[in-house]
Amino acid sequence: MNLDFAIDILLLGFMAVIAIAVVRMRDLFGIAMLFSLFSLLSAGVFTVMDAADVAFTEASVGAGISTILILATLTRTVREEKPRKSRNPTVPLVVVFVTGALLIFGTSDLPRLGDPTAPIHTHVAPRYIQDSAREIGIPNIVTSVLASYRGYDTLGETTVIFTAGVVVMALLGVRRRRKRKDDEEAPG
Amino acid sequence: MLHHTVLRVVAKLLIPVILLFALYVQFHGDYSPGGGFQAGVIFAAGIILYALIFGLEDTMEALPPGVLKILSASGVMIYAGVGLETMLLGGNYLDYNFLAHEPTHGQHLGIFLVEMGVGTTVFSTMLLLYYAFAGREPGQ
Repeated sequence: MNLDFAIDILLLGFMAVIAIAVVRMRDLFGIAMLFSLFSLLSAGVFTVMDAADVAFTEASVGAGISTILILATLTRTVREEKPRKSRNPTVPLVVVFVTGALLIFGTSDLPRLGDPTAPIHTHVAPRYIQDSAREIGIPNIVTSVLASYRGYDTLGETTVIFTAGVVVMALLGVRRRRKRKDDEEAPG
Repeated sequence: MLHHTVLRVVAKLLIPVILLFALYVQFHGDYSPGGGFQAGVIFAAGIILYALIFGLEDTMEALPPGVLKILSASGVMIYAGVGLETMLLGGNYLDYNFLAHEPTHGQHLGIFLVEMGVGTTVFSTMLLLYYAFAGREPGQ
């Protein structure tokens, strides 16, 4: 058993514990914090897989900005989740187990992690890896794929973010709050 | 908000470093992990930290929502504009080879510009989202 495997098990174990804690907890503030920790741990998993760019994004977006937005939303609602009415848990439990079994069954068809003959490694990836240095000339292949080979997709993503911002502006709007001189202690 | 001395001192030390790190991630994305998206998010996080500790009013004074709206749109415009520029120079849309005499120089320039566009849009949109959620009076 190598070290990577041990670290993976540790991180995924922590993630499972956090997931169970999130289900059981009522305190929404605590849940928001745990979600942030969950993102940080998955960033750790990506780092172990040598996917530094993905880990970077997960840490900054998942653990950082999303948590702040969830907390900002929390200030507009109550801090405690409403107590649930006790219902018969059989049907949801069956649905969860069947879905989980289907997902595990699906993974049996996937190629092993890092298998060089997996379809994803034999399609366009070899060309990117071999020709990126000559065609693009920058050391980080992830950036060359993201910004040049797949430039259309990144343009689409940027447009999606812009559109999301426009929609939030349209729904909520931003009211410019000015400082009042007689009310310096205003909660901000 | 005015009494947290430790928070204020630590934030004053940290915020410039966070903003500088965001710029590093932006402009060093060709060589190390990172790029416009991550840089924009980190830059917004630095400003949001300022807003959390020193108040939303001061932040909106420094970075008005109107300016951010323009920035948000101009990032996409920069990106799409690079594509149009390459078409005007005789290439396909977003074919950076035509931006300079050497194809790889063109690629460098093109990637630099589109990452700038991505960073600008992401930064301003994230901050606008924060303004939209945090700026509402309680009970609205």
